[in-house]
Amino acid sequence: MNEMTPTPEERAKSLKGLGSSRKRVEDARFTQGKGNYVDDIQLDGQLFGAFVRSPYAHARVVSVDKTAALALPGVIAVLTAEDLAPLGLHWMPTLAGDKQMVLADGKVLFQGQEVAFVVAENRYIAADAVELVEVDYDELEVLTDPFQAEAEGAPILREDIADATEGAHGPRRHPNHIFTWEQGDKAATEAVLGEADVVAEEMVYYHRTHPCPLETCGCVASMDKVNGKLTLYGTFQAPHAVRTVASLISGIAEHNIRVVSPDIGGGFGNKVGVYPGYICAIVASIVTGQPVKWVESRQENLLSTAFARDYWMKGKIAATREGKITGLWCHTTADHGAFDACADPTKFPAGFMNICTGSYDIPVAYLAVDGIYTNKAPGGVAYRCSFRVTEAAYFIERMIEVLAIKLGMDAAELRRINFIRADQFPYNSALGWEYDSGDYHTAWDKALAAVDYAGLRAEQAARLEEFKDGKTRKLMGIGLTFFTEIVGAGPVKNCDILGLGMFDSCEIRIHPTGSAIARLGTISQGQGHATTFAQILASEIGISADDITVEEGDTDTAPYGLGTYGSRSTPVAGAATAMAGRKIRAKAQMIAAYLLEVHDDDVEFDVDRFVVKGAPERFKTMKEIAFAAYNQAIPGIEPGLEAVSYYDPPNMTYPFGAYICVVDVDVDTGVTDIRQFYALDDCGTRINPMIIEGQVHGGLTEALAIAMGQEIAYDEIGNHKTSTMMDFFIPTSWETPHYVTDHTTTPSPHHPIGAKGVGESPNVGGVPCFSNAIHDAFRPFGLTQTHMPHDHWRVWQTANRLGLHG
Amino acid sequence: MSKMHVKMTVNGKAVEALAEPRTLLVHFLREELKLKGAHIGCESSHCGACTVELDGKSVKSCTMFVAQANGADVTTVEGMANPDGSLGVIQEMFREHHGLQCGYCTPGMIMRAHRLLQENPTPTEEEVRFGMAGNLCRCTGYQNIVKAILAAADNLAAQKEAAE
Amino acid sequence: MYPGAFDYHRPSSVAEAAGLLADLGEEARVLAGGHSLIPMMKLRMAAPEHLIDLQDIEELKTIEVAGGAVTIGAMVTQDSVIRDDALAAAAPIMREASLQIADPQVRYVGTIGGNVANGDPGNDMPGLMQCLDAEFEIAGKAGTRWEKARSFYHGAYDTAKADDEILTRIRFAAVGDAMGYAYEKQKRKIGDYATAAAGVLVGGGKASIAMTNLSDTPIWSEAASNALATGDVEEAVAAALAAIDPMEDMRGPVEFKRHVAGVILRRAIERALSRAV
Repeated sequence: MNEMTPTPEERAKSLKGLGSSRKRVEDARFTQGKGNYVDDIQLDGQLFGAFVRSPYAHARVVSVDKTAALALPGVIAVLTAEDLAPLGLHWMPTLAGDKQMVLADGKVLFQGQEVAFVVAENRYIAADAVELVEVDYDELEVLTDPFQAEAEGAPILREDIADATEGAHGPRRHPNHIFTWEQGDKAATEAVLGEADVVAEEMVYYHRTHPCPLETCGCVASMDKVNGKLTLYGTFQAPHAVRTVASLISGIAEHNIRVVSPDIGGGFGNKVGVYPGYICAIVASIVTGQPVKWVESRQENLLSTAFARDYWMKGKIAATREGKITGLWCHTTADHGAFDACADPTKFPAGFMNICTGSYDIPVAYLAVDGIYTNKAPGGVAYRCSFRVTEAAYFIERMIEVLAIKLGMDAAELRRINFIRADQFPYNSALGWEYDSGDYHTAWDKALAAVDYAGLRAEQAARLEEFKDGKTRKLMGIGLTFFTEIVGAGPVKNCDILGLGMFDSCEIRIHPTGSAIARLGTISQGQGHATTFAQILASEIGISADDITVEEGDTDTAPYGLGTYGSRSTPVAGAATAMAGRKIRAKAQMIAAYLLEVHDDDVEFDVDRFVVKGAPERFKTMKEIAFAAYNQAIPGIEPGLEAVSYYDPPNMTYPFGAYICVVDVDVDTGVTDIRQFYALDDCGTRINPMIIEGQVHGGLTEALAIAMGQEIAYDEIGNHKTSTMMDFFIPTSWETPHYVTDHTTTPSPHHPIGAKGVGESPNVGGVPCFSNAIHDAFRPFGLTQTHMPHDHWRVWQTANRLGLHG
Repeated sequence: MSKMHVKMTVNGKAVEALAEPRTLLVHFLREELKLKGAHIGCESSHCGACTVELDGKSVKSCTMFVAQANGADVTTVEGMANPDGSLGVIQEMFREHHGLQCGYCTPGMIMRAHRLLQENPTPTEEEVRFGMAGNLCRCTGYQNIVKAILAAADNLAAQKEAAE
Repeated sequence: MYPGAFDYHRPSSVAEAAGLLADLGEEARVLAGGHSLIPMMKLRMAAPEHLIDLQDIEELKTIEVAGGAVTIGAMVTQDSVIRDDALAAAAPIMREASLQIADPQVRYVGTIGGNVANGDPGNDMPGLMQCLDAEFEIAGKAGTRWEKARSFYHGAYDTAKADDEILTRIRFAAVGDAMGYAYEKQKRKIGDYATAAAGVLVGGGKASIAMTNLSDTPIWSEAASNALATGDVEEAVAAALAAIDPMEDMRGPVEFKRHVAGVILRRAIERALSRAV
């Protein structure tokens, strides 16, 4: 070889494959304002739909008078439940096995519920017409407290199923009760609790919040009556599932429906569900024969689509005097709102809440979750987390802190002595999961050293003395979290949504000149799939990522998949991509062997080529092989170079991480300042470090928002109090701290490239980290537990209750 | 209520149209002029996704009637690329430093960053964070946006120095 | 979130604007920066049939500092308030307070006239104007008159200005470095209204204390101001707290707001005293 011949390392680098901080291919269009989001779609003759919504949380709908609205020039139609009933579309199935009103059928069950759908020539006329629809309501008693749902005389919310003693997830004991879900060994756990040296008990509330992506939900439905084909553009995190659901609900054959997710302006779980707006837009397009757009306002988004959390988690944790945990018990009261519209796999009505044993080797555990109806919006989506994992992580990370207080121990040390050890993996948890891989002690030690944990504790102690001496009014809190996630749903044997197995897919076509297109069943909402999936493929098939187009989101062209949420894209579709790439490589090997006139087994893959074993100067590059696949008649081998893989993961993946933050708390005003944040993530094999770091920054900032102020709040009669971006807390660049990121790498043993997924880790681990820091600041004054969000007045209230205001 | 004749300069070109006075500037740009870079996020002037430049100020086009912008000189993100079509410095630095994810807030961020750097060509990190506080992002946590703007400031300064 | 329809007017003088407002009657509203009115219209909590945009009235866009007096046109933006060095020298508290209002984009458009005329308890300028003992020029079809800021606010969105009048100018005596100053504001984030805010001027045997978003009007307390003038900080804080009447909202309950109001006011006083000669 001469000096000009690139080394294998140089060739590998030029592929921009795994491990490359490749710049994103999406950015050229986004930075120029040339993205194509749903509200950018403007079809000929397009109409605009808007909802008349209920001002009441619980009321009978006495009458709906559309006369004045219909008389307004430019108004095409006003739909009510009466109009949808003949089509059987006034109700729709939810992802959780319940059903939900599309338009109010006799009553409304939450403030902001959809009552009528106005269709007009443009959005301004539609808004004018909404004002003109006259609705008469009879107010009913409102239920907002899930603990009062089964009280004597509690109003019955769901009259449609009041008598049903069996729900989608087993027996119901009350008309306002949805399900009880039990996991683990109740008797054994209670026995351990009864005999333990120490039991810490606490109610941990994870408040109601909302994913609130910057782009709201919306769609454009276009029924082409000439060819009988419905095209539905929309903000769908799962376009293929939407097509199937749309077909089942509407009766239109699935091949006559094309669902397209264009660019999506953030999802975070908000865009997984099916909303009344989609159904109404479809019906309106069928009725009018014109395309109909529906895009929610920000206020509508916060009022009606996809809340998250709202779990009241009563916990008991048992341990020896030395701090070894012996058992964990949890009873959760889950406020689901008016309809059970959680987006969880069918067999998991409380999602993966049973990951609540966390990162700890806990021999026995029990979990029960009661789902309850209230007069609040439906939802219960996984807001930047995998199906209730953030609730579980918050629960266990608070219980560890509460136990540390009870034991008088340092919470970092308590974690260390209870971690699952590296030699215990694969580890079977007491609540039924098989953790794939981990090295928690190494990660924890690295994190504690990075922040000089001992130094921080010394500084905190000094600050406390100054506080007690009246020299400062600011306390210092140190927030610790070690979280384990469960992502990548999931194995078809136990994971499905509406009967659709949670596999995912990739289809690859190599073009004759050696470039390629890959299509996947997922859909990016900012994660950078077009960049990173090309990197996976580049490393697998030796074609530069720059020569690979990645396409998602069009059900007419992409292979079927279950979409993007729950950090499943890398674990499932990423695996499908690698497996499809390996099929390409296998065929390429045969072609290479033919071209090199050797046996298949005598060539081996070398970065971007196949070489003859022992004779590296004899090789065929992937580009040469691709061309040969299209222009040579090779005996026994079909022309072309394509592959498709549908990947059913054998297990979930279990990313983990160690987060530490430092907060200053002004006890007089409740103002808090996160002055340091260190995040160590282990997401297995790292595909694009730049994108991983960006995901961590973003997830931490969403966690900051949730922990420190963001909530969906109602008053006692069900009025929504946080429907603008002034009251629904989203921090600006000014309130957001600077983050330090770090990592360890423990590949997943069952994933083809060892990757685990990372997008949701920072939210799952960030929330308890921020919250623990606030709690920690007040620990010397006797605080064991207070509820999020830790906004100014609640922090002040904590200080006040602890007597810190003199 | 009648439509009015609206004239303005957008990205250096004179435009004229009939519009209802109540039409919000962001809808006029997006639906009448088909300039879809300005996005609608909060509708209450908190998020800044609709930020455009108007007569040398960065403004939230969701909280301005087209009638108010009659006669104005408007620049949108579509006017921010170099004359040869390549990415402008701020756009390039957002790409280089991963200052965007879903891209929805990005046009507003770029327009605001443009004005910020016009007024303060050598900002500190703190000044960038304060000056960008009218723009919300749900994806990035701002850190790389701040980094991109600081890098753009350095690049623009180097360009200016080279030109002198 | 779409406003109702209206007819649009853009007069070029105060007289023309006042005439239009009188002629068009109660369905007409004046539009300055629009950052209070337009959100209200988008929520359909306001639906004027005529909007009279003041943006072409050049005489309302000037800041004059002369003869110990400051005169600011109603159409001067918050951003211009921040940038004007003569104003900053004459009343440094104006720049300090304006930097704590909303965000950069809103400050480019939001005007001082709109901020003081609207009567929104959340706005910062009304309290500041009371602190500075400013006067407002009110123009109607019949002519103009001056109103004291300290008696201008009657309740939320209820002021001494009639619906057919326009607030055109603000004037107050230059403070210069004769008094120490501070504007202290606690808020949840940039873009939020105050949980509690206090404007303080003190020095030369005089003092003035005003508070924002702690009642349905701004609160200027004569008793508190007098107490501070004599150096009695405790009495000043007590008197100011006696004058406020906060309401519970998402920022917190009344008890919290009262406490924070006291803390914020103390901090403002402390900072103002540290700047007093």
